[in-house]
Amino acid sequence: MKRRQFIAAGLGLTLGARLAIAAPSRKGPGTAESLAVEVWQGLRRQLFGEREIAIDADGVIGLETPYRAADAASVPVAIRGRLDGADGRYIKRLWLLIDQNPTPVVGVFDFFPESAGADVETRVRVNDYTFVRAIAETSDDKLYMTANFVKASGGCSAPASKDPAAAAQSMGRIKLRIEPPAQPGGAARAQVLIRHPNVTGLAMDQLTRMYPQPHYVRKIAVSYRDRPVMNAEVTFAIAENPSFRFNFRHDGAGVLVVHAEDTEDTQFEARARVDENGTS
Amino acid sequence: MFPRLAGVTVCGVLAVVAARVSGADAPFAVDEVAAGVFVHQGQVADLAAENGGDIANIGFVVGERCVAVIDTGSTQRIGESLRAALRARTELPVCYVINTHMHLDHVFGNAGFEGEAGVEFVAAARMPASLSARAEGYLRTLAHELGEAAAGTRAVYPTRLVEDRLSLDLGGRTLALQAWPTAHTDNDLTVFDERTGSLWTGDLLFERFIPIIDGSIRGWLAAIERLARLPAERLLPGHGAIVAHGGEALAREKAYLEHVAATVRAAIARGDTLGEVLDADDGTVAGDWALTARFHARNLSAAYTELEWED
Repeated sequence: MKRRQFIAAGLGLTLGARLAIAAPSRKGPGTAESLAVEVWQGLRRQLFGEREIAIDADGVIGLETPYRAADAASVPVAIRGRLDGADGRYIKRLWLLIDQNPTPVVGVFDFFPESAGADVETRVRVNDYTFVRAIAETSDDKLYMTANFVKASGGCSAPASKDPAAAAQSMGRIKLRIEPPAQPGGAARAQVLIRHPNVTGLAMDQLTRMYPQPHYVRKIAVSYRDRPVMNAEVTFAIAENPSFRFNFRHDGAGVLVVHAEDTEDTQFEARARVDENGTS
Repeated sequence: MFPRLAGVTVCGVLAVVAARVSGADAPFAVDEVAAGVFVHQGQVADLAAENGGDIANIGFVVGERCVAVIDTGSTQRIGESLRAALRARTELPVCYVINTHMHLDHVFGNAGFEGEAGVEFVAAARMPASLSARAEGYLRTLAHELGEAAAGTRAVYPTRLVEDRLSLDLGGRTLALQAWPTAHTDNDLTVFDERTGSLWTGDLLFERFIPIIDGSIRGWLAAIERLARLPAERLLPGHGAIVAHGGEALAREKAYLEHVAATVRAAIARGDTLGEVLDADDGTVAGDWALTARFHARNLSAAYTELEWED
């Protein structure tokens, strides 16, 4: 396992795969310490060029991750958009990145003025001890970042499915759950689960010495009452059987539509009729 | 064990009881638990340098014509130690090396038996694919956790696969092999020695060592029901002590898994997310198990991602 050294915030802090982090808190190192990670510096240039990225001190986004992953194949991550629209701004785009994954970009999520806030929960594969980052772009084109350190049990291998035969058999099954809004017209919450192996293509078959064809859900589009709620482009860093939980504005009865597409252009769709009370 | 599964390696560092070195030149205890049935009992511990990877129960059954080895340990060195222990007891050839599933602590000693003329490596039909998907990560983990003790270790794949059942004749002694629907893993295989009524359960039974879900919790609970009805005298678990059949061990394992399933089903019914379930985990489990802090949360996670698909 490789060890990556860097200087963080003027401290001689060494973050290696097996090294204890010199931070007493359960959360471990945070956004400030994450800035010096070599991979991030490359990603930053590639994705954002010279644009300024604010360390999120004024509550634009929050990021929830476990400090220690219970199962590196399915690590829950929540990005919480915190703008309430009071200053006329909204978050129009979120990036979710995992520094030490073979493909650090987990996904890019687009939101709209009528979305009920940029808030998304999913589950990811984490290959190593790493920073996980969320970067928000607001409607006035400013960037904000927050980062958490995650210990993925020293995980090094490409996560493998527990039961590939069962996964292949039921591929394409979709579950869509809706939680009614706290008050009428407010934000309702929905979760979509898509049965899909989300094959990374990175784990060589040791018998054939061949790499499998990557096969994963790459696009999600959600609408309510024919208006866009969230569009996402995601990679195989999303765990097997992708799960996304998000908000939508429940401004009356309508149909919530989730459309997904995988890398073989297979289309998946789920619809739920929601009544005026927000129940489906 | 061993859920190095899903990218998950159990690189965790755990306190481990004192070292019994499993080098080829060190004493390697093998007990004859029934006539011709020999078991080396691994430590109830996570993989660590202190135990050299000696954490699973492995052994062999001696017939009149030849010998079958059942599981081979985490490293080539452990496999060689087992072979040396076998050779101290019999001159008969080794016809079969059987792996009860693909986890690294059960298969990576296979290479220690490649020198046996005519040996066949036997496993459940889905074992090669499951091992192959993980082998690279397993080997990295072994090198990382065990260092020099894992030197030379490599994967040796089965040459003969069991779809459902297979009888192996060792000369005057028959082993009945049975492949199971997905339970602890998707390639569990049990080995029943008819002469002594000894059932090698592989990791379908954990004793003292907390059960680890790397397949299907529902499938595992179903397998436990079937195991309980099998006419065996004794059960040889993948981890922990050998027990009489009809005793408490299967019931304890069942109680643990049922508690996990009930906890997770209740959380899903309440609308709790996976993250909320993991946050709420305070380490309360049904029964007294070793390594709970290491594996219980991952069991909750595995159970959640399976059971959320129930209708």
